[in-house]
Amino acid sequence: MEYCKKGDTLFFPRPPVAAFYAAVGGKKEGEGPLHDCFDRLFEDNSLGEDTWEKSESALQRRCVETLLQKAKLTLDQLDFLLAGDLQNQCTASGYTLRGLDVPFVGLYGACSTMTEGLGLAAALVAGGMARRAAALASSHFCAAERQFRGPLEYGGKRTPTAQWTVTGAGSVLVTPEGNGPFIRAVTFGRVRDYQITDISNMGAAMAPAAAETILRYLADSGTKPEQFDAIYTGDLGQVGSRLLAQLLEREGVVLPNHRDCGLMIYSPDQDVQAGGSGCGCSASVLAGLVLPELRKGRQRRVLFLSTGALMSQTTFLQGESIPGVAHLVELSATPKEEWK
Amino acid sequence: MKKISPAEYGRMARRASPASALGPNCLWAFFTGGSICLVGEVLSILWRSAGLEEETAALAVSASLIFLSALFTALGWYQKLARRAGAGTLVPITGFANAVVSPAIEFKCEGLVTGVAAKMFVIAGPVIVYGILASEVYGLLLWLSSLL
Repeated sequence: MEYCKKGDTLFFPRPPVAAFYAAVGGKKEGEGPLHDCFDRLFEDNSLGEDTWEKSESALQRRCVETLLQKAKLTLDQLDFLLAGDLQNQCTASGYTLRGLDVPFVGLYGACSTMTEGLGLAAALVAGGMARRAAALASSHFCAAERQFRGPLEYGGKRTPTAQWTVTGAGSVLVTPEGNGPFIRAVTFGRVRDYQITDISNMGAAMAPAAAETILRYLADSGTKPEQFDAIYTGDLGQVGSRLLAQLLEREGVVLPNHRDCGLMIYSPDQDVQAGGSGCGCSASVLAGLVLPELRKGRQRRVLFLSTGALMSQTTFLQGESIPGVAHLVELSATPKEEWK
Repeated sequence: MKKISPAEYGRMARRASPASALGPNCLWAFFTGGSICLVGEVLSILWRSAGLEEETAALAVSASLIFLSALFTALGWYQKLARRAGAGTLVPITGFANAVVSPAIEFKCEGLVTGVAAKMFVIAGPVIVYGILASEVYGLLLWLSSLL
């Protein structure tokens, strides 16, 4: 069998297709600039459930339902569902899949989960192991706050480097054939930790991992940033984006086309400090904006990264620093090379 | 990626991170905290005019402020004010009430014992523990100084 890995990057000789995708979001996301990108928006962030954990599972369920409706498929036609979220022990996904009878691959990559799941789904499909694999990731502001920070009604002031967890979910169905967008390559990232301990500055903790993955992909593929219409990162926010640019500048790499989902999903007047974050941030922007833009041909070739901070409340309280990871997929409107 | 030491990266991160708006934050804290104290003064006058002694009136003011803070926390207003006021809402007794009531509300779904009761002091608990400890130490010092 042909070996398709070069360096850290998997190059698919017959690129699998991100055939269908769905994005759902909450109230604040609906008030943001990407309002029109979501398939469904919920005014009430509880989605009618009595706990925030259940609300996040409901969000995931609605996202999968929307995906299947768009793909005109039933659940039993899925080979795998790869899903993850931010809750302890990945419970949002586990409880969602309790009601969805399909083989479940549970993933935890913190906010990097969407690209991790999409990359794995693409590898399963490209390797002939699946005909229809779906990737799903979500986060919920209220569930994340009570787990990682404090009670919602506690009167605290957020620091300017803090980020706002997105209430949203995104899902993508990967198939061997179709009209695109195509998943041409995947780079699974390495964990990087530069001793950032501030839980309110996740962008700074994750930026080195993003820089590392981008550099490795560029080296493995022999490409330059200018060859892409855009290079998206998941949720580096204001601080992380600035640091990514500085780290890459040290390597002589300039990203003229960098866009961060965390800075796209909210407008500055929404009081979100350094931007959005959470698995649902990159997941909903990928499914709601990036893939549709490629499908419409408005963009031809992009890199998409999701960045994750891999700490827990326990390690944070024990004074541990925050390890970061970033996974990358190369997405394109066409299956073949198309050099600019 | 080229080698970069954590210390060097830490410096880069600090430079890239926007600083808190110290001036406006202090003003917000000063005026909100002051306003809460003003409410306390008004309550004190009211309680005294209702016939309470000076000392009892002071206790009634604390109880009233705690009640109002708990009410506003439950209505979701206290946190909205605190987002701007910072220390202005944190330092007065109302901040302490908010710190007790907010986890009690938040963790209600985890049971009356393991949720409400256990989590109620998750933020205020350390304040109580070290507050009592500090008063013990102070009392000890006071007693020792009286021996001299």
